[in-house]
Amino acid sequence: MSGQSEERKFKQVGSRPIRHDGLEKVTGRARFGADYTLPGAQEGVFVRSPYAHARILSIDTSRAEKVPGVRAVITAADFPDVPMGWIPAGSTGIDFGANQRTILAREKVLYHGHAFAAVAASTREIALAAGELIDVEWEVLTPVLSLEQALAPDAPILHEGQETMGDGDKPEGDSNISSQVLFEGGDIEAGFAESDLIVEGHFDTPMVHQGYIEPHACLANAREDGTSEIWSSTQGAFGVKGEVAMITGSDPNSIKVTPTEIGGGFGGKIPVYLEPAALVLSRKAGRPVKMTMSREEVFRGTGPTSGSRMWARIGARSDGTIVAAETRLEFEAGAFRGSPVGAACMTIFTPYVIPNFKILGLDVVLNKPRVAAYRAPGAPIGAFAAESLIDDLARKLGRDPIELRLQNAIEEGGVAKYGPSFGPIGFKQTLEAARNHPHYKAELGEHQGRGVAAGFWFNAGMQSSATVSVNDDGSAVVRTGNPDIGGSRASMALMCAEELGIDVTRVRPLVGDTDSVGYCDVTGGSRVTYATGMAVIEATRQVVDHLRARAATVWNVELDSVEWQDGNAVAINGAAEKGSMSLGEIAAKMRMTGGPVVASASVNPPAAGPAFGVHLCDVEVDPETGVTRVLRYTVAQDAGKAIHPTFVEGQYQGGAAQGIGWALNEEYLWDEEGRVENPGFLDYRVPVASDLPMIDTIIVEVPNPLHPYGVRGVGETPIVPPLGTVANAMRDATGVRFRSLPMSPPRVLDALDGASD
Amino acid sequence: MTGLGPVRPRVGREKNVAKIRVETTINGEETELLCAGQESLLDALRDGLGMTGTKEGCTTGDCGACSVVLDGRLVPSCLVLAAEANGRTVQTIEGLAEGSKLTAVQQQFLEHGALQCGICTPGFIVAAEKLLEKNPDPTEQEARYFLAGNLCRCTGYDKIIRAVLDAAAVMREERA
Amino acid sequence: MTATASRFEAPTEVDGAVALLASEEDVRVLAGGTDLLVQMRTGGPAPPALFVDIKRIPRLMATELSSDGLRIGAAVPAAEIYENESIRSLWPGLTEATDLIGSSQIQGRATWCGNLCNASPAADSVPALIVNAAKAVIAGPSGERSVAVEDFTRGPGQTVLERGELVVEFEVPAPAPHSADAYLRLIPRTEMDIAVVGVAVQVELDAAGVVTAARVSLGAVAPTALRVDTAASALVGTRLEDEALAAAAAEASDAANPIDDKRGTVAYRKRIAGVLTKRAAKLAYDRARAR
Repeated sequence: MSGQSEERKFKQVGSRPIRHDGLEKVTGRARFGADYTLPGAQEGVFVRSPYAHARILSIDTSRAEKVPGVRAVITAADFPDVPMGWIPAGSTGIDFGANQRTILAREKVLYHGHAFAAVAASTREIALAAGELIDVEWEVLTPVLSLEQALAPDAPILHEGQETMGDGDKPEGDSNISSQVLFEGGDIEAGFAESDLIVEGHFDTPMVHQGYIEPHACLANAREDGTSEIWSSTQGAFGVKGEVAMITGSDPNSIKVTPTEIGGGFGGKIPVYLEPAALVLSRKAGRPVKMTMSREEVFRGTGPTSGSRMWARIGARSDGTIVAAETRLEFEAGAFRGSPVGAACMTIFTPYVIPNFKILGLDVVLNKPRVAAYRAPGAPIGAFAAESLIDDLARKLGRDPIELRLQNAIEEGGVAKYGPSFGPIGFKQTLEAARNHPHYKAELGEHQGRGVAAGFWFNAGMQSSATVSVNDDGSAVVRTGNPDIGGSRASMALMCAEELGIDVTRVRPLVGDTDSVGYCDVTGGSRVTYATGMAVIEATRQVVDHLRARAATVWNVELDSVEWQDGNAVAINGAAEKGSMSLGEIAAKMRMTGGPVVASASVNPPAAGPAFGVHLCDVEVDPETGVTRVLRYTVAQDAGKAIHPTFVEGQYQGGAAQGIGWALNEEYLWDEEGRVENPGFLDYRVPVASDLPMIDTIIVEVPNPLHPYGVRGVGETPIVPPLGTVANAMRDATGVRFRSLPMSPPRVLDALDGASD
Repeated sequence: MTGLGPVRPRVGREKNVAKIRVETTINGEETELLCAGQESLLDALRDGLGMTGTKEGCTTGDCGACSVVLDGRLVPSCLVLAAEANGRTVQTIEGLAEGSKLTAVQQQFLEHGALQCGICTPGFIVAAEKLLEKNPDPTEQEARYFLAGNLCRCTGYDKIIRAVLDAAAVMREERA
Repeated sequence: MTATASRFEAPTEVDGAVALLASEEDVRVLAGGTDLLVQMRTGGPAPPALFVDIKRIPRLMATELSSDGLRIGAAVPAAEIYENESIRSLWPGLTEATDLIGSSQIQGRATWCGNLCNASPAADSVPALIVNAAKAVIAGPSGERSVAVEDFTRGPGQTVLERGELVVEFEVPAPAPHSADAYLRLIPRTEMDIAVVGVAVQVELDAAGVVTAARVSLGAVAPTALRVDTAASALVGTRLEDEALAAAAAEASDAANPIDDKRGTVAYRKRIAGVLTKRAAKLAYDRARAR
């Protein structure tokens, strides 16, 4: 469909209705993954590796199978052998063989906690007890537990025969570098030679987890005729269907997946961890199988995001013009290739016009859990380095940090470092909005400091479908296939209501299963309000055309004599004396004028509208203990058009909070055997309510011409600036530049000591 | 030797032990349930009684998603044994609304958009009701510290705290 | 071989509890369960054959304040202790320490006896109980005995309790006039963390505001909570001038004998022990002056 954004006065869009699923959620009735069961359901559990790196020589499940109450035991042998093989897709890719081996290890276990068997039994306790009776012959191998170890010349190799893919000078032979990404432009030697000032630094960030409060959960029911149904807490039911089919060797047409309500995902519930095993257990057991992860399993066995080592330098002229930038990023992929280093390379310097650049990224495998997407994957990490260096640059030049960014900000027509040029974007407007906010001028006291940083995410388009149908009382139903993680179904209703010209309470939004709706790509990539919204608008416009046609039929006039205004068919021009007919009146006559009014649409936009964000943070650091408190935090971000401003604000605040936790206290802690030492919320320290202030938000709206209402995705950009913002605030408060995260109290105190030496 | 998960099973016993009969009052209704000795109140509510409004986030008392009120006290139901509820009263999220009348806290959560994915919401609402019962006029800091045991990963807490403070104001109005 | 269920008993008298504890090898006392149940789920011991819930024994849930001080049941939940205005005003530090144990939800369950008997080096209430010269009253097959809290733990997870014994009450002597306590702990967030360092201080003043007696106890910096008499005596005879505080801090840092773990390093903990000793001493002193 044509994607011109329109200057229009919205009547529904931009309002803040109570979400349609809200009542169920505040009364405890909404059903999440673990809330489903079926009669006779067995409990399925995984059996997990005690070693970070080992070959599986043999597995004997016979003792486990004999335990009373056990109905099925499976290993990778119960899956067809899907070979490893990387299929590129955009800035990343997919490897079904790796996906299968993540569910159940085949040749090797590659991280402590790597599942290699699963048991279904009448109770969880019986299943766990039986799991202890599975006999494995292991060949224990030396684990590779850090980037340094993985890149050492004599490093143990995780995947023999894995060739390094990608760009640049690649290592010969077996390597733990699974791929390289290289973007180059201009002439960096000349660029740095021309620079009056160069700032540079080494940075590192730890592995961190998305931290969703709901552990993974699913229920699988294999039927006697070979078909099956799965209920899954997932960001994409169609993705589950496809993965389960590939991994279990099943006909995808035989699988129906219902997405349950989902208790947070942030990218971490795009991969499947349970469903293929639950299905195969269900087939073997002849009963439904329910699988839920414990919190410990979530930390040991699901994908966090990469830890990193980075080196970067930026060169500028003394007037503040940035002329050169160079970086080398090393990202932990975990057990299998696929870290977000590619996206980090694409985003790291993109907000700024820099003619000469060299950006090299390495995707490195090592014996840690396989990483999964985490909200703007890779971008927060790269932005931490870039925004810290720009802050250093501003200090050295004696320039205001926002002014310096304004001077160098990329604008419409600017070319991204990875190739495409930008349409209308709102980076400058967002910088100005942040600068003009009272936070920027608030007074700071002793041991307090302020930081600014910016960030960007491309956002995704991808495939979505929507169906809209009209009820005979003039209300409507809009069906899509995107699990609602943050209020998106209400936004779908708003867009549908806007097009129909009726109140949003008269539109019921539904999230359907894979049999009831057309294909929808995942809820992720900040794409639902954009792409699925586009499909909703298109489908609703078709409905409106049908409604106009029905009115034309009733009035016996030509279709182009009927307009749609505010929920009414209005006869115009020569037919004007016919007057108008409300949606309700037309709906009441549907049966007589041609039958039900239903329309569907699908979209696959190749691009979306990138979103820029700028954050402000004030901290206070206790110089005797190194403890940091966040005093003020403000998020300015370009949303294009905020469909439901409350939910947009919520995305800004939530992403900022995750970034603050990442900056100050969150990290995976490891022992020398590669075991996670803090697999729980006690010692994996996400922010609690008393850790944060109110988070002010500024919704900037520079319409995205690709969407009928100007929408840009908003979900991911909010997590990109905070690492740099908080680090820059710490620099301001303490005089110390932190290049290593998290900036936890012992590290801060250490650095303060070092600074005063 | 393998196996990661919640309760570590005991093996090597010859006999099964009979389940324990618990008579308790849940949301004002007399209820009878059978449970194993080591079974948590959380599991008894969810699996035994099908009352899935109370959520499991961690089973170690760190996230607050399992919050219920036991004999008038806010507790993490994952760290209460079901058998302890014998002769006691339990209040869960399912018992807060009276017919179609939501509590002020529930209503303000909806109006403020104080939920995104909604998994932490039952725990927060149960905890917030207790906060306002004890402290009808909390400051922002008091509300934040009282609710520090309820983790939310989606909202950054801003709208939750605003909803709680506005609910407090509504409730004070209604009493006035 | 199967996984089987635990038995559960809730005696209503101390004798009944003692008998149950003595009768069974694999038995655990259940107070709040906030350590026991967590450990069962995180690689600790399997559920026991028998849980003995002690919260139905009236004596263990009772609170009695007299001119001698406080006699309180071992299983009174932390929230109830904090809600007691008299306890709060007489022992503000002890009450704060108790209030810091976990979240509001945990507060509905956590108890002094659990906090003490779990014998974690980082228990919040223990240093505060120590500086207030609290005693634990123990009941067992051979009768009752009283043990000072500072003598109760032998090491992480190890206490003086013999088979069949349980803590039934705590006794906290009435504070002397012009004395007060304080407890501070360091955690990386604002709530929900286990103490990296905890420090309790009690001071007693004369009419001129000079410290006549002091007690200092450190938590989370040694296998058990420490009483640091050298830090305390550095405060005696002073009005908490800078040198006195610095001396006390130095003694505390010296005495601290922590480990490196996921919550803090040796160096950091020793340093913070000193910082918190100064701060807690000042807080206790100001409170004592106000009395």
